[in-house]
Amino acid sequence: MFDLAQTIYFSKVLMIGAVMTVKITFGALIIAIIVGFIMAAIRTYSKIRLLEIMVNIYVEIFRGIPPLAQLFIIYFGLAYAGVKLEPATAAVLGLGLIGGAMLTEVFRSGLNALHFGQREAALAIGMTPMMALRYIIFPQATRITLPPLGSYAIGLLKDTSIVSAIAAPEIMFYARNLVTSTFQTTLIYILAALLYFILSFPLARVVDRLERKQRAWT
Amino acid sequence: MSDILLRIEDVIKSFDELEVLKGISLELKRGEKIAIIGPSGSGKSTLLRTINYLEIPTSGHIYLDGELVGEKQVEEKFVRTSEKMLARFRAQIGMVFQGFYLWPHLNAIENVAIGPQKVRGISKEKAFALAEEMLAKVHLDHKIKEYPERLSGGQQQRVAIARALAQEPKLMLFDEPTSALDPELVGEVLKVIHELADEGRSMVLVTHEIGFAREVADVVYFMDEGVIVEYGPPEQVFEKPRQTRTKAFLSQLFSH
Ligand SMILES: Nc1ncnc2c1ncn2[C@@H]1O[C@H](COP(=O)(O)OP(=O)(O)OP(=O)(O)O)[C@@H](O)[C@H]1O
Ligand SMILES: [Mg+2]
Repeated sequence: MFDLAQTIYFSKVLMIGAVMTVKITFGALIIAIIVGFIMAAIRTYSKIRLLEIMVNIYVEIFRGIPPLAQLFIIYFGLAYAGVKLEPATAAVLGLGLIGGAMLTEVFRSGLNALHFGQREAALAIGMTPMMALRYIIFPQATRITLPPLGSYAIGLLKDTSIVSAIAAPEIMFYARNLVTSTFQTTLIYILAALLYFILSFPLARVVDRLERKQRAWT
Repeated sequence: MSDILLRIEDVIKSFDELEVLKGISLELKRGEKIAIIGPSGSGKSTLLRTINYLEIPTSGHIYLDGELVGEKQVEEKFVRTSEKMLARFRAQIGMVFQGFYLWPHLNAIENVAIGPQKVRGISKEKAFALAEEMLAKVHLDHKIKEYPERLSGGQQQRVAIARALAQEPKLMLFDEPTSALDPELVGEVLKVIHELADEGRSMVLVTHEIGFAREVADVVYFMDEGVIVEYGPPEQVFEKPRQTRTKAFLSQLFSH
């Protein structure tokens, strides 16, 4: 029997989680983009061997270990070392660093697609290498890499579901709590799935639009 | 203040095994215009790029207005300066590339204004006012909001010139500024460079446009295989070249 009042109640609870899901997604996305871009820039432009080696170690470690294990290490490991993070903070940090490793490769191909003259022209007018990165390279690299960035963002939104494992209060966390207290397993997970879809569908449309615009621009 | 604006002192540049510049020395007086000619691969671009340290000389030194570029002297030794110091030198030298290299995510006026704004720290309003003035100087005041992709090659190169002018540089470097252009667009760019020359600006111009070099240059340098083969006033180098290599290059150029 379908209970409308209960469905509305579940939806309201899950919505609280959805707000957190969006926050974690955005936080992690920003960290992933910044970290990924800096790592890619080091790989592409740095002449310092040690820096390159450190970037490679970072990328390989984060690519080679399952996300859940990394989250546990960041959350429980840091707690063990005396750094107690909020679950949501650990989630943003963990997903952000995992994403940074993924986006390093994405940005690197973007940087390779940029003509070297773009950077040289920036240096020639007196920009420092950092200014060139910020004002000239970064805006162009993000545009070139928009399609993969977009699909990464959508994937990230869905992947935030794993952070319920460290009790970050997002959609899946509330869903599991509701299931434990009401045993309405099917209804609750359908509602949760619906919420993810409602969040990711517009995002997918925006990415499509941007992609079309970008094709006109290049 | 000394008369000498730019001094290149025995510059050698190698890429791995390949020695591209084999000891180049050259002086440019304030207000002087130098044209550099020479066959493809002779090292003209590399020389120009060492002037603002886009290429770091393997040995030798560059002085701008009496100051070492990209290096400082600690006791008897020369050591590289920081990127910040280097950027400060580059800001004094405007460079125009064969391939324009406008930034496609910025429109014409933003391309010109970003330097004054971010490098020189001028307010946004003043930077845009300056940029508009510079675009007017290259006769593009009607195109300030256009993105590079919507401009012709000649227009793009003129925006690039405006971008360099907005640095209010002591010295302008041009690396074959018209070589990538369709023939019908060459004239508008040369006209602008000519006007800048007439203002008394100091410039180094790498070009294959012999007629133009002859008109604007005070001194012409002929380069081949990483050395300066000969130099002198344009009439002399073009009409009475002393070296056989210069003669061969010029006759080959005119036979086309
Ligand atoms: N970054 C680099 N690495 C290796 N070799 C280089 C590099 N830049 C230039 N060279 C080589 O140096 C030589 C001189 O090149 P340069 O571009 O200075 O010649 P150019 O006189 O400007 O020729 P052009 O008239 O074709 O522009 C060429 O053999 C070129 O291949
Ligand atoms: Mg060249």
